[in-house]
This record gives sequence, structure tokens and C-alpha cells, in this order.
Amino acid sequence: MSMDRRQFLKIAGISSILGLGASVANATHPIWVKGLDPSQVEPNKDALNAKKWAMVVDMSKFKTDEDFKKTIKACHLTHNVPDFRNPDGTVNKKFEVKWIWQTSYERAFPGQENRYMEEHLKDMPFLVLCNHCENPPCVRVCPTKATFKLPNGITMQDMHRCIGCRFCMAACPYGARSFNWIDPRKAVNPETENKEYPTRTIGVVEKCTFCTERLQSGKMPACVEAAPKGGLTFGDVEDPNSEVRKIVTTKLTIRRKPELGTGPQIYYLIGGGDHA
Amino acid sequence: MKLYDGGKIIIGLLIFVGIATFPFYYNIGKVNAKPEPKVDTPAIQEWEKQYGKKECVEPKEFMRTDHMQLVNLWRDSVVRSMNREYISTASHKKFNMSLQNGCMHCHSNKKKFCDECHNYMAVKPFCWDCHIQPQEKEESKS
Repeated sequence: MSMDRRQFLKIAGISSILGLGASVANATHPIWVKGLDPSQVEPNKDALNAKKWAMVVDMSKFKTDEDFKKTIKACHLTHNVPDFRNPDGTVNKKFEVKWIWQTSYERAFPGQENRYMEEHLKDMPFLVLCNHCENPPCVRVCPTKATFKLPNGITMQDMHRCIGCRFCMAACPYGARSFNWIDPRKAVNPETENKEYPTRTIGVVEKCTFCTERLQSGKMPACVEAAPKGGLTFGDVEDPNSEVRKIVTTKLTIRRKPELGTGPQIYYLIGGGDHA
Repeated sequence: MKLYDGGKIIIGLLIFVGIATFPFYYNIGKVNAKPEPKVDTPAIQEWEKQYGKKECVEPKEFMRTDHMQLVNLWRDSVVRSMNREYISTASHKKFNMSLQNGCMHCHSNKKKFCDECHNYMAVKPFCWDCHIQPQEKEESKS
């Protein structure tokens, strides 16, 4: 059979239309087309809600190394954060993943230190975590919208969408984000892992999520529960009657690098109980 | 019509057809076991006792063909919209939209439920790279 160009194009066109038609017909179930109907989903009844979640860290309440350790441990165990160690037992800084950690005053509040500062303040470790900024640079740079703002002010991370480009890590002025260079499962102890929460996979960025999943089932963040009494205060900073708001309004608190315009929502009480 | 080098071509074609169809006649007569996912976990039996029948969040036929899409939508709902409860369109019961705490709470037999069909269909979903799969004790006994 001989065929000229015109006939060939006709046949090719008709068959591609038929092919497309078949693939469309295949995906006509409402759920494939429209997604979930809003009437099919609702939030958990016990969920804690806020306009803007915020945290006050009262450094005077953290007295011993143990106070820091148990707070950090509570978070990292709750979220199956991998604990990479060197053969000698020290933290492997190269692969370290951290949601909440200790740092020095100079590093937490650069530019606010001075030569004559109280020795104790200079050497005191500070508890730092994601600041859940009002205007987060990480969200602005994320090419896949894997990190985004929830309506309650939390800067959320969707591990399913993260492609591991690490733009957010470059953008975050607080170093609050960690990359999974190797499979985090290797450093999560199956004995102590939280079976109700996933781990992460190789090649995604992770960080503190203000315990979104716990708030949504009516629980306070894990660090807040584990911290010494009054050490971490968590609440809605937009609510004039909340504990957090009262502290922020009545006492002098400082935030990390507010001059960058990111609007960090972790407030630090520094002077301690004796002075404040 | 004359076929140049006919013998060589025909032998070549026969060899090609033989290799291409090898998987088919290799498997002739072998029983191709259909996947049979098991829904007899303690949690499901408990459910059956309580409600008088086995039921998933949506009808069985829908779940068979569209569970992957449903789970995908659940994920967006939970992570992005903070809605964690799913109301079944079939039974109007509420379910926790969670792979580890919802699906796998009932279907605690991943090997006999998920893997049974996924292996048969040669699909490799990467759910378990992150999500922790239920521990299956009965598997080690048998």
C-alpha cells in the first residue's frame, strides 16, 4: 500500500485524538478530577488553634546542662530526628540534623554582644530553633512550595514535596534547617523511634514544625512539655490574653536578628528572674 | 517479489520472534498466583465485631482502584490544610487521615496487604522510605 504525506498525517492525527480520548475517559472518577470535596474533611475537634503561634524562651529557667538536654531530646525523639555520631561518640557535625539546639550568645544574637558583658551570659548556651518568621525567606525561595506558611503562623515543611535543592538552607538566617545527606534511618534507633511519626528520607531538608501534628491533636509542643517549668511558654501572640502575649508586652524580650525583617516569633527573656 | 538473502533473514526473524516471546511460553502452564491481599488483622476483626461488617474508608472497589489518589489527597489535606479527619462518603464515619496511625492501624499486615498487590504489579511506592511500617510479628513465626 502506498501512502502520500496527506494520508499519513490524517491517520496520525486521528489516532492521536483517539489515544488522548481513551486516556481522558480513563480518569473520569470525580476524585481524579476535582479532588476532595471540602465537606469530606475537617480538622480534629481537639486541635489547638491560634492566629499566630509564638514561643517565649526564658533563659533563666534553664539552669543545668540537663535542662537543655532533656528539652532537645524530647523534640528529637518525638520527631525521629537522626542522631549521627562519630565512632568516638561525639556528634557528627557533617551530617548533623537538628530541630532545636544550643548555641552561644554571640551566635544567637550577633551584633548585640559587647566586651564587658557578664561572663555568665557570654558563656551561657542559648536554646534556638526555627523562628517561624512572619516573613520567612525560606518560603520565598522554595521552588516547589515544599515550605510554606500555615494560616496559624507556622512555617511548615512538606517532606513529600521537598526536592532537596537547599535554597531554604541558604536563605534561612538562623541555620534552622538541616539536610539529610545520608539515609536518616541509619541514625534513628528503632527501639526509641516514635511509631506515630515518620522519619525523613535521604535528600530532604527538615526543621522544627512547632509540633504541628501535636497541636492538631490538642497537645502542646514536645519541647514545651519537657522544658523546666516556665522555660518555654507557647501560645497565640495575637491573643491579648495569652501567656505569651503577656510576657512579650510586659517584659523586655529580644529576638534573633530582627533587623533582617523576617519577623521571628521566638522571643527570648534574658536577664533572668533576678533582674527582669 | 524476490527476497535477497531470504534464508538468513527468515532464520534471523525466527530467532528474534523466539527471544521476544520467550517470557510467554516460559510461563505457559505455570499457575500465575493472583494477589490475595489479606484483611484479617486483629483490628479489622474487632471492627467487624463492632459494626457487623468489614468496611474501609470507602467501598472496596473504589479503594482497590483509587486508593493511591485518595492517599495523595489526604496528604495535602493534612499537611497543607490542617484537616485531619476524613468523613467517608459511603458510611459517613470519621477516619484519621494518617498512613501510620490510620491506614496501618487496621491494615497492620503490610506484607500481606500492601506488598501482595504492589509486588504483583511491580509498583514500588516510596511510602516506607519515611513512614514507619508496622512491625509484623506473625511473619517470623510462619
